[in-house]
Amino acid sequence: MADNAITPADSLLDVKQSFSDRLAYLGRFLWRDKGGVLGMILFLAVVGAAVFAPVIAPYDPLAQNLRDNKMPPAWQEEGNWEHPFGTDNLGRDSFSRIIYGARVSLTVGFFGVLIAGSLGLVIGAIAGYAGGRVDAAIMSVINLILSLPYLLFVVFIAAILGRSLLNVILIFGITDAPVFARVTRGEVLRMRESGYVESAISAGARWPRIIFGHIMPNLIGPLITLATFEMSAMIFYEAGLGFLGLSVPPTTPSWGNMLAAGRKYLTSSPWIAAFPGLAIMFTSLGMNLLGDWLRDVLDPRLRRSRK
Amino acid sequence: MQRYFLSKLGQSILLLFGVLLLVFVMVRVTGDPASLMMSRQASPEDIAAFRERMGFNDPVLVQFSRLISRAIVGDFGASLHFTTPAMPLVVQRLPATLELALAGLLMAVIVGIPLGLVGGFNPGSLIDSVGRFLALLVQSIPNFWLALLLILYFAVQLGWFPSFGRDEWKSVVMPAFVLGLPVMGQIVRLTRSAVLEIRGEDFIRTAHAKGLEPKTIYTKHVLRNVAIPLVSVIGVQFGYMLGGSIYIETIFSWPGMGQLLEQAIGWRDFPLVQALAVFTSLVVLGLNLLTDMAYAVIDPRIRYGR
Repeated sequence: MADNAITPADSLLDVKQSFSDRLAYLGRFLWRDKGGVLGMILFLAVVGAAVFAPVIAPYDPLAQNLRDNKMPPAWQEEGNWEHPFGTDNLGRDSFSRIIYGARVSLTVGFFGVLIAGSLGLVIGAIAGYAGGRVDAAIMSVINLILSLPYLLFVVFIAAILGRSLLNVILIFGITDAPVFARVTRGEVLRMRESGYVESAISAGARWPRIIFGHIMPNLIGPLITLATFEMSAMIFYEAGLGFLGLSVPPTTPSWGNMLAAGRKYLTSSPWIAAFPGLAIMFTSLGMNLLGDWLRDVLDPRLRRSRK
Repeated sequence: MQRYFLSKLGQSILLLFGVLLLVFVMVRVTGDPASLMMSRQASPEDIAAFRERMGFNDPVLVQFSRLISRAIVGDFGASLHFTTPAMPLVVQRLPATLELALAGLLMAVIVGIPLGLVGGFNPGSLIDSVGRFLALLVQSIPNFWLALLLILYFAVQLGWFPSFGRDEWKSVVMPAFVLGLPVMGQIVRLTRSAVLEIRGEDFIRTAHAKGLEPKTIYTKHVLRNVAIPLVSVIGVQFGYMLGGSIYIETIFSWPGMGQLLEQAIGWRDFPLVQALAVFTSLVVLGLNLLTDMAYAVIDPRIRYGR
């Protein structure tokens, strides 16, 4: 892409343009990056599945029908379109469970990122704005936490707290906060040293105006990008915990739980484990593509390196 | 250099203390560690006896100082399941986990760095586009799921590799592949963007301008600078592989620390889990120290700094 074009970030923040103009610009920009388009489609599909689950899903995800258990997907022999993705060992419709599983994944991802992002934003902003000893103390704690084997501690904490949706959200929300804090702190530090914050200070602006008027708008870009990647990671890890039997209760239809259940029937009925895995993969891929694209759009400084 | 190393060492010791504190607090956060560790069928009398035996009735500070003073001499209590000291059980699992992680890392580096270099030097080429998409794809595939698919195809249908255990050299192929794949993706992406970034730097243009041969510029200037972020990410990823092989080891019945962790959680054997957490942190911290040392060797700014 050409370096001299106005960036959509400039255009988005340009108050002189109407909101719809700005959105249209964003749309044109998205179209140029085909990976971003694919990511957006995948992401919207997952969100749509989660929001409209009762409408889309043909069956109750919890309804068992032992007579029709372990039915293969529709395109195989013995399969039929009543159960497009087949059924699991208890005769529950796999397609409906995948659709409802999107709810668990997105709930964990969304609220996990919301908590981690809010905590990280506050901690990182304090560190970056205060500087000096406060900054040094906060950052050394954060760097220490980030150097621990992450997954091991997540598994450890999940094993102690027990299986519930709230616990999973809290675990990810708290353990992921240092990542957001580090990015926020770096950005705040960079901005403090930049000319415009300095000139705002010398013009007599007080700290609320500097933080909310100058620093926050510039933080939104990097944080949204990071949030996309972290949400993808949380969805991934939640499925992993589910696979180990440490995520949401076993009765809840989640992709990780479905994978764990399907593992036992891997050789005889491989589709039971195959579809939830595909669902995780496409969601994660979509969000990673979207994150790459958002980074390009929202952070013009990084664009040079991608060509 | 010495001061740099000493300050890193001091940080690591501090962190180890933090790990002990975290583990101590977490086991008690639900209120009663005794009922956490006992089976659900245990009678109240049994739980009370267990609580007394484990010292959970003592004041918290007494318990914590006991944990620390024992930890210093390497005593992390006895495993509830095996009724032998927990730490030796963990340590004897290290070679298997190390072998797996090293094999996975080797694959990731051997495939990932050349792919990233090719992409970085020819941005927009076919190899670059394919490599970038593959790198993204392998980072999005859940490894526990991929492991199941590989077992189904290469072990059950084709019979090329054993589906579990650690008995012959072939055993390591599939678990190491699955473990190394996302790391490979990351190495490709990082190498590529590092090459692109450094190629745009002023000193590279200067080198071109003063008439250096492109070959010399690439090997002496570009590769040396690409090595710095690479060493850091390889160190971090190796630590991730040591602490995160729990799925792979469980699925392939690989007798390493990850499998032990999964089993220990199933047995509610928290002294063992605790020993695992502390020991893995210790190994990962040691690894970070090594990475920092490697940094200093590659990057003169650190060697001569301060």
